[in-house]
This record gives sequence, structure tokens and C-alpha cells, in this order.
Amino acid sequence: MNSQKSIPWLLPLVLLAGFAGIWRLQHSIDAQRTSLSQERDDILLRSGKLVKLMSLEYAPLAADIYWTRVVQYYGNKHVRGQAGLELLWPLLDITTTLDPHLLISYRFGAMFLSQSAPTGAGRPDLAIQLVQRGIKANPDYWRLYEDLGFIYYFDLKDYPKASEAFLEGSKKPGAQMWMKVMAAKVAAEGESFDTSAKLWQDIYESTADPTVKKNAELRLQLLRAKEDCRQIDLLADAYAKKVGRRPTRMIELVQAGFLRGIPGDPLRYAYVFGEDGKAELNVESPLLEQQLLLERYNKAIPQN
Amino acid sequence: MRRVGVVALNTFREAVRDRVLYNLVFFALLMIAASILVGQISIGIEQSVIVSLGLSAISVIGILIAVFLGVALVSKEMDKRTLYALLAKPVRRWEFLLGKFGGLVLTLAVNTAAMTLGLLLAMVSVKHSLETSDTAVLVAVYFILLKLALIVALALLFSCFTTPLLAILFTVGLYIVGLYVQELRNLPAQVMTPATAAFTKGLSYLLPNFENFNVMAMAAHGQTVPGTLILQNTLYTVAYCTIVLVAASAAFSRKNLK
Amino acid sequence: MSGAAIEIENLTKEYPFGFLHLKKKTSLEGLNMQVETGEVFGFIGPNGAGKSTTIKLLMGLIFPTAGSARILGKPISDVKMHCDIGYLPEQPYFYDYLTAAELLDYFARFHDLTAADRKDRVERMLKKVGLETARKIQLRKYSKGMLQRVGLAQAILHDPKLVILDEPMSGLDPVGRREVRDIILELKREGKTVMFSTHILSDAEMLCDRVGVIVGGKLRGVGAPGTLVDMKTQGLEILFELAGTSTAPMLSKATRTGEYYRLQVTEEELYAAIEQLRGAGAKIHSVVQVKATLEEFFMHLVEADRAQGAAVEVSGK
Repeated sequence: MNSQKSIPWLLPLVLLAGFAGIWRLQHSIDAQRTSLSQERDDILLRSGKLVKLMSLEYAPLAADIYWTRVVQYYGNKHVRGQAGLELLWPLLDITTTLDPHLLISYRFGAMFLSQSAPTGAGRPDLAIQLVQRGIKANPDYWRLYEDLGFIYYFDLKDYPKASEAFLEGSKKPGAQMWMKVMAAKVAAEGESFDTSAKLWQDIYESTADPTVKKNAELRLQLLRAKEDCRQIDLLADAYAKKVGRRPTRMIELVQAGFLRGIPGDPLRYAYVFGEDGKAELNVESPLLEQQLLLERYNKAIPQN
Repeated sequence: MRRVGVVALNTFREAVRDRVLYNLVFFALLMIAASILVGQISIGIEQSVIVSLGLSAISVIGILIAVFLGVALVSKEMDKRTLYALLAKPVRRWEFLLGKFGGLVLTLAVNTAAMTLGLLLAMVSVKHSLETSDTAVLVAVYFILLKLALIVALALLFSCFTTPLLAILFTVGLYIVGLYVQELRNLPAQVMTPATAAFTKGLSYLLPNFENFNVMAMAAHGQTVPGTLILQNTLYTVAYCTIVLVAASAAFSRKNLK
Repeated sequence: MSGAAIEIENLTKEYPFGFLHLKKKTSLEGLNMQVETGEVFGFIGPNGAGKSTTIKLLMGLIFPTAGSARILGKPISDVKMHCDIGYLPEQPYFYDYLTAAELLDYFARFHDLTAADRKDRVERMLKKVGLETARKIQLRKYSKGMLQRVGLAQAILHDPKLVILDEPMSGLDPVGRREVRDIILELKREGKTVMFSTHILSDAEMLCDRVGVIVGGKLRGVGAPGTLVDMKTQGLEILFELAGTSTAPMLSKATRTGEYYRLQVTEEELYAAIEQLRGAGAKIHSVVQVKATLEEFFMHLVEADRAQGAAVEVSGK
């Protein structure tokens, strides 16, 4: 009856029992609610202009919130290995409408919109639209030109356009020297290992975003592997000319003095010769899986 | 319990004489007019526009009352010293607290009922009849009321600890956090250390989850809300309010009045 | 009822203050006091002496740092004790959206009364404090004096055995004070115990069986108003008229009001003084015994406390 006395021991008890109950209830409610919602990834408002209108003077803040949603959305899909990034574009569209100066959203968006699955949405057209919108809002930011050239170079293989973008960007304040070099090189040679590696290397070095960095690293490794294989194939050609037959094992090239040791990929797995006699990644190498994934999507989704 | 009821009824009487109710009935009427107007310009989705607009209005107005009156419940009585004479009567402090809580929840229930009536009238005026699927709207209103009760309990708890202004900020803050609890769980795990991830995940099950009560989309599209969820949410609110009110009572019972 | 109505033992209250509440201010220090059943007890002291603190501690509005108290034989933490006591807070304020009748009815509901009994009591109390005509008016429109009356009404509404009133006379006009005095005397006649705090000493002198004087958080004396005063030295006052001037040494101590002079002397000095005055040609009108008033006693304590406080401050540096 005496409340003054009963409360001290009652309190921890009630709190403990209460929160234990809440814990269980919340799990069951979650289960109940997930079964109800068919589509969790839904954007209530798809019009960036309307969202901007509704966020009053806090549009930049709203942009930040949408931006975290972009990252979350991409991260979740990526982690689960799910294909289909249909909402990436509308989310980015809203984010950049809310805050046209949120540069990271253009850069991140350009990369993952344009790249083919599984890393991206495979929509270079939208990526170009996004970057051009970014350039319009931030005309002096040279890296957006780099991104534009990047998309033309890698995803659309449109080298004159890529060269034009790099050249345009090189004229902007703060642009790095290699942009001009890149413009000339791309115009002259089209796609080359040097150019590709340089572009990815720059992305790798200039970004702070772990997702972007990781992606750039993977691309660099794959590029390196591809280049290595090309070089090994050249050696194999020379070997064939000398010995009269193509090598089937790497060791033959070493024994013939063409290589000092058995070459390994960036993850230190030895290259092997495939059934077609061309050098390729070791089955053991994790890079192989990534390479196959990329190739499969590239075949499945025709570039436009 | 009788004394709790006496306090509750007086709290209700205070709210009634504060003219809060009348302002809101007026608002409800305004809402009917507005939704009919909106119904005319939004072809094809009048029904769901009216329902989501109406439920949002009920929720927003309810939250405003719950936070502001909830914080004022006890702090105003301490500030104006009306509490002194009362606590000299044979009434325990937790009885007073519970009575205040009950009184405001009663006020909110009446308010919400009045506004719901307005919403139902608006729905009738648009489609000239009510269907059984419209009961989802009533369930949504019931969930809003559960949510408001939880907010009142939190406001009461904070007002026992701190100044009214801070209590309002804390309550609103916790409410907003409570809306995004689900997002806490969806944070990409790779950006956090395992300890942080485990902590946020654990927290996300213990913080008041206001998203539980959100069935507005279902109500707007006339889907049925399963009975299990109604039961679970009711239990959830009762359990959470109990925890919060016990904590508030413990704090308030030890409090030295100015 | 056995023993005292209120027993207070070593009751102490410290308030933390300052940044992080690290410092402490003692507002009541080791109070030991008893209020006997059936008496009217006056609790007197200057503002900030600890009167309200004591009463709030007794009412459970604040909690003691140390010590304990029993009211009507029950510890103050027992909620049942509140059934038999009435309390008027200092400068009372009530729900201003209620009328006087509604407020009294609301408070009456906390006691086990039937509806009819409740109605009857509310009517009687309103009449008693002179608010029948204002009963339908919301309390927000009440004057300070009217609120004081409502407060008094709610304190005695449930026929309590003990009534504790915190500054019941403050904010009242002379008529109102007279009415409050009558109510207190009536309560005494009904055999109830009344404890009230005041800084108006004449009220205490007039009404109280005993008074307790509290200054600076400490109890400085308890007793009947008369006995308290007896503890002080008393004197005699000589009232005389003096034409012309004189150089008698006693005259320098006299104070003049118009034609008359007053001279205060001790019993031992009396005859010497009269001799001197006669020698100076003074016409003596009267010699009366001077009773030191409660007020003088009180002022003496206050000054002593201030002097002590100052001494402590100086030594503290």
C-alpha cells in the first residue's frame, strides 16, 4: 500500500520486464508489418520540385536526407547482390533538385547510374543527363567534366565526345594537367590501358567515399589483369614463333626465358592459360568472379 | 483509483474550458471543406486524398496537443503552485500523475473522435456512402490515438525531469527518432563497427517505434488491417506507457516542489 | 489522541544550488518542535527564516535532508495522515478555470464524502468565508484576498483535526484579517489544533497559546507569547513634563514628544531618577511598567542573527 516504500524495488523490475516485453512485441510487430507491405522501396513523392516546395527553406537539409537514402538504397541493393536500381535515378533526381550544389550526388550518381550491373544501373543516358545538370549548376567544377568524359569513354565508348569533355574540363580553374593530356590521348587512341588506368586511378585517389573507392580499386585490378593477360598473350605469340607451338602452361614461358617467374594477378593468384590458349585469371582468384559478372551483364544488357 | 478518476475528470474539464476542443472542432469543419475542394481537383484519387489528408491532420493536431498539453500537465501545476493544496489532500503523487495522463488521453480521444466524424462526413460527401472497407480508417484513427497516448506519457516523463521547453524538445525529438527507428536497422552495416551496429540494432527494438502505428497508406487504399496488428499495437502502447509512467512516477515522487 | 499533534525531530533541509548543484544552502537546521493537540501554535519569523520550508516538509511537498516528523501520530510519508489535516499554502493559487464552488467540490472528492454531504459542506464553507455571492465566478477573476478565503475554505472543508496555515493573514485587508482570526478562534473552540505561520507579530500575540520563533533556519525560542517576553529584562517608563531646561544627567536619556518627556529606567534606577527629576522641577505624570513586546524580542533575535552572520562572513575571509 505504501507507495513510497514499494517504488524503489518496483522501478527496476517494471523497467526490465517492460523493456523485455517491448523487445518481443517489436519483433512480432515487425514480422506482422513486413508481411503486409508488398513494396518497401517506395518513394512517396517522385517530383523533386514538389519535395523542394514542401521542405520550405530547409531544402538543403532535405537534400541531405535524400542523399543518405540514395546511399542506403544503393548500399542495401549492393550488399544483397540484387539487380535493378530502378529508384536510383528518381532519388538522385530529387536530391539534386533539392540541392543543386550537392556535388557528391552528381559524381556518385554518374558513376553508378552509368556503370552496367551489378555495380550500376546501366543507364549512361541518365548519368549524362545528371552530370550535364550538375555542370549547368556548377559550371566551374572541373571534376564533373571528368565524370562526363568518363561516361563517354567507358560506358558509351564515344571517344570524340569523351575527348571533348576532358578538354572542356581542363580549361576550368583548378583542373589538373592530365585532363588536357587525356583529351589528346583519347582523341588519338580511343580506349587504351593507360587512359583507363589513369582515369580509375584518379577516381581512386580523389574520392573519400568507401563504396566508390572500392569500386575503383576493383576496376583497376581488373584492368591490370586484362593488360597482364594481353602482355602474356604477346609473349605466348613470340614463344609460338620460336618453338612452333603455343604454350599450355605458364612454366613453359619461364623455362624458355620469356618470363622471370610465373606472373600473378593483383591479388597474387597465378595467371593460367585457358582452353583457347589465351592467358586468363586463375579459377581461385576472386577477381575472376567479378570479371565474369561484369562480362555477363555486359552481354545481357546491350549498350545503347 | 477513484482519486485518479477525479484528477482525470478535472484535467479534462480544464482542457474543455481552455477552448482547445472548440478550435479543433472548427479545424475539423475546415478540413471537410478543404478535402471536398481537393477531392474536386484530384481526379480519380479523391478517396485516398481525403483519407490521407484527414488522417494526417488528425495526427498532426493530436501530436501538437499531446506534446504541449502533455508537458504542461504537471509543470504548469508546479509553476502556478496549484499542486500544493492538492497534494495536501489524501492523494498520492502517482495517483495525481496517472490522473493527469488519463485526463489528457480522454481529451485527445474526444478531440480525435470529433475530427474523425468530420473526416467520415467528408468521405460521405464525396462518395455518398460508407463501405466496410472504410473501417480501416477507424483502425488508423485508433492507432493515432495509441500513438498520442504514448507521446503524452513521454511528455509527462520529461516534464518531471526538466524545464517545459526542454521537455517539449525531448518529446518531439524522441518522436522524430521513433519514426526513423526502422531506418536505424537498415543502416548499411559496413559503415559501422560491429559494436556500434549491434548497439543501434538493439536500440532500434527498445526505442518507442512510432512507425508501428502508421497504417495511413493501408487506410487510404481501403485495405484491411489485420486484427493481430491491432492487438499487438494495443499491447505495445499499454506496455510502453506503463514503463514510462512508472518511471515518471518514480521521478515525480522524489521531486521537491519549489 | 495521545501526545502532540505535530512532533518534529531534527528536521533539516538543504537546498543544492550553483552550477551542477555542488553548493548547499541550509534553509532549516535540526528543527525540534512539538505542537500540542488542541492548541493554537504560531510559527513566527522573518521572510526566508524557514517557516514555509517547515510547513512544506510537513505537507510532503518537499523532502527532508535529515530528520523526521509525525503528524497525529503518523509519519509524514503516510498518505492517510492527509485525511485529517487541512493546509493553506502561502499565497494560494488555484485552478483559475474553476469557480469557488467547483474548486471546493473538486477537493472534497478526495475525501470519502457522500454527494449530499459534499454539497452541504461546500455551501457551509462558502458562507463561512463570505464567498456565497461570488461562488459562480471563475477564480481567475478573484482578488488576492478572495483567493485567500477560498484557500481557507478548502483547508477546513473536510473538518480536519489539524489545520496548518501558511501566512493566512497576508494579502488581507483589516476586515479580512479579523475574519481569519475569528475562524482560527472558532477552530480552537471546536477543539482543533491550529498551526499557522506569520511575520505579523500582533496576530500571533493575540491568537496563540504558544509561539515558536524561527530565524535563519533555527528555532530560537518556544513558549507562550507572555513567557517568551518575560525572559527579557523589563523596565519602567516615567512620563513627565518639564518647563525650562535642566542639566540633570538623567534628562539626556529622555525622549521628548511635544510637551512630554519619556524616560526608560530599570527598577534599581527608579528612585534616583525620580529624585533627579523632582530636583529639576519636572512634573511627573505617571510611572508605568514596560512590557517588552514580542516584536522587540523578535527584533533582538533577528539582529543577533545578522550580527552572527556578518561575523561568520568576516571570519570566512
